[in-house]
Amino acid sequence: MRREKTSLLRNDAFQTLLASLLCIVLGLLVGYIVLLLINPVGANAAIAAIVENFMTYSKSTAQLRYFGSTLVKTAPLLMCSLSVLFAYKVGLFNIGAAGQYVVGTGAALYCALGPKLPWFLCLLAAILAGAALGAISGVLKAYCNVNEVISCIMLNWISLYCVNMLLTNVKEETSPYTYTLASTNEGAILPSLGLGELFSKNQYVGLAIPLAIVTAILVWGLLEKTKLGYELKATGCNKFAAKYCGMRERKNLILTMAIAGGLAGMGAAMLFLSGFEQWQCTQSAVPAMGFNGIAAAFLGGLSPIGAIFSSYFIQHITNGGAYVDKTMYSSQISDLISAMIIYLCAFVFFCKIAMNRWLDRRDEKRKATGKGGDGK
Amino acid sequence: MILLLQYTLIFASVLLLVALGGCFSEHSGVINIGLEGIMVMGALGGALMMKFLPESTPAIGMILLVVLAATLFGLVYSLLLAVAAINFKADQTLVGTAMNLLGTAAATVFVKAMNTAESVDNVSSTIQYINAKKAFLVNLGGFEFNWFMLLALLALVGSYVSLYKTRFGLRLMACGEHPQAADSVGINVYKMRYAGVLISGVLGGLGGIVYITAGVSEWKFENGVAGFGFLALAVMIFGQWKPTRIALAALLFGFCRALGNVYSGFDFLKALNLPAAMYNMLPYIISLVVLAFTSKKSRAPKAEGIPYDKGQR
Repeated sequence: MRREKTSLLRNDAFQTLLASLLCIVLGLLVGYIVLLLINPVGANAAIAAIVENFMTYSKSTAQLRYFGSTLVKTAPLLMCSLSVLFAYKVGLFNIGAAGQYVVGTGAALYCALGPKLPWFLCLLAAILAGAALGAISGVLKAYCNVNEVISCIMLNWISLYCVNMLLTNVKEETSPYTYTLASTNEGAILPSLGLGELFSKNQYVGLAIPLAIVTAILVWGLLEKTKLGYELKATGCNKFAAKYCGMRERKNLILTMAIAGGLAGMGAAMLFLSGFEQWQCTQSAVPAMGFNGIAAAFLGGLSPIGAIFSSYFIQHITNGGAYVDKTMYSSQISDLISAMIIYLCAFVFFCKIAMNRWLDRRDEKRKATGKGGDGK
Repeated sequence: MILLLQYTLIFASVLLLVALGGCFSEHSGVINIGLEGIMVMGALGGALMMKFLPESTPAIGMILLVVLAATLFGLVYSLLLAVAAINFKADQTLVGTAMNLLGTAAATVFVKAMNTAESVDNVSSTIQYINAKKAFLVNLGGFEFNWFMLLALLALVGSYVSLYKTRFGLRLMACGEHPQAADSVGINVYKMRYAGVLISGVLGGLGGIVYITAGVSEWKFENGVAGFGFLALAVMIFGQWKPTRIALAALLFGFCRALGNVYSGFDFLKALNLPAAMYNMLPYIISLVVLAFTSKKSRAPKAEGIPYDKGQR
C-alpha cells in the first residue's frame, strides 16, 4: 500500500509540540496580565526576569553558576514527571508522586544523617522507600479496588507526617531544619564528577543531572521497546483484555506503581543528597515538587524525552520568579504561571480532536471541489 | 474538655461543608480534586471582606457579607473546573490538581501584592481579622459557639433534602450514575453537572472561610489550607457519598484533628507522648484502611470522572 503524504499538521508529535508551546505562551500571557494588574510599571521587567532567569546576570561565570542551580532542581522535577507519565501511560494517575518524593526524602536523609551511610546506599534507600509507597497504592488498587488517586492522596499526607516525625530525630537543635550533609556526613553527597567545576564551581551540580537524563531515556526504552512495557501499556488500556491474553494484570498494576514510586523517590534523593536543600521538619504542606511533576509530564506531551525539556522549562521559570522586583511582586508569580500551564494542558486533548476534525473537513472539501488535484 | 468539643465541632463543620460540596459535584458525575484550591479562594474572599468592612458593621451584616464573599469566590473559581470538565471533556484529576496549585499561588500573589502596596516593607502573605472575627462568636459559658456551626448544620439538612427529596437532587444523582439514561428522559446532563460543580464551589468556599477563622485570627495564604480539602475528600468517601454518613465521618475526623490541637490538656494523652503529627495523620490512616475494606462494593457514583459526550452510546 502506498503511503499517502500527510500534512505536517497531522503528525501527532508535531501537534503535541504545538499544543505545549501554545500552553506555555498562554500561561506566560496570563502571568503577564496578572503582573500588569498588580502594577503596570514593572510588569515588562518582571516577566522578562522570569523568562530570563539566570541570564539576568551579566557575568558569564554567574550565569553558569545559576544555570547549574536551575539544573540541580530540574533533576528531581524530571524524575517526578517521569514517575507521573510512566503511570499515566499504564492508565494510572500517579498524584502520589508528591508523597513518594517525600518518603524518598525521608529515607535518603535519614540514612545519610542517622547511620551515616554512603551516598549510593542512601539513593537506594530512597528508591526502595518510594517504590514501597507506590506499591501500597498498587496493591490497594489491584486487590481492594481502591481508586489510586484517592489512596495516593491519603498516602501523601500520611508520608508527610511520618517523614516529619522521622527527620525530627536528625534535625538541628535550634532550627526546624535537618543537619547539613556537608557538616555531618560528606560521604553522602552525590559525587560531582567534575561537573561542578564546569558550572563555575557550583558544588551542588553533580551526578544527579546526567543520571536523571539517562533514566528518562531508560523509561522511554522500557515503555516503547520491551515486552514488559508493552504488557504494562496493554494492562492500562484494558485490564480485562490483558488478563484474557494471559498477562498477570494485578502484578502489572503493582509493578507499575512501584516503578513510578521508585522514580519519584530517586528524584528526592537527587535533590537532597546534593546538599542543595535541607528538609524543614515542621513542613505543613506536601512539597509542590511532585505536583509540578504532573505539570512537566503533561507539558512534555507524556513523552519521557519531552519531559526533559518541559521539566527544565518549568524549573527555569520557577527559579526565574526569584528575580522579580520584590518591592512590587512576589516570587510566587511563577507558581501561578506553572499552575496555569497545567490547567491549560488539560485542554490539549480536546484541541487535538478539534484540530483533526477540522483537518478532516478541509480534506473532504478539497476532494469534493478539486478532483484530480491532490489526493486521488 | 469544652475546648476539645469546641474544636471538634468547628473542624467538623469545615469538613462537613466541604465534603458536602464534593458530594454534590461527584453525584453529578464530576470528580472534584480541586476542593483544596476552592477552599483557599473562598478563604481569600472572606478574609478580604473582613479586612475591608468597617469595624462598626453590625454582627449580622458582617456574617452575611463575609459568607457572601466566600461563597462568591468559591463559585467563580469552581467555574474553572466546570468549563474544563464539562464543555472541554478534560481530565478531571488533572484540572483539579491544577486548581489546587493555582488557588494557593494566586491567593499568595494577590495578598502579597496587596500588602506590599500598603507598605513596601510588608512582604508577608498574611491577612489579619482579629476584630472582625468576633462577629461570628457567641460565648456560651466557656464554650465559644460559632455561627458557622449552625450554618454547617443547615447545609447538612439542605443537602439531604435537596438530594433525596427534590426533583433536582434525584436528577442530579441520575447524571452521576448513568448520564445517557438521564439524557434519554430529557434531563440536560451538562446543566446538571454545572449545578453540581457550582454547588461544590459555594460549599467549598464557605468551608474555606470557616477553616481560617477556626481558632486563629490571621491567616498566611502561602500555606493554602494545609490539606483540609483533601481531608474533606476523605470524609466524603468515608461517608460513602451520603450526607448523613458524611456528617458522622466529619465529626470523627474533626475529633482527630481537634485532639491534635489540644491533646496536651489531657493527662493520659500527654503521658502517651505522641507527637501532634500522629493525631493529624490518624484520619488519613483510618480512611485508607476503611477504603481497603469497603471499596469492593463502593457506593461511588458510577459515571464519575467520565466526561459526558452526547454522541457516545
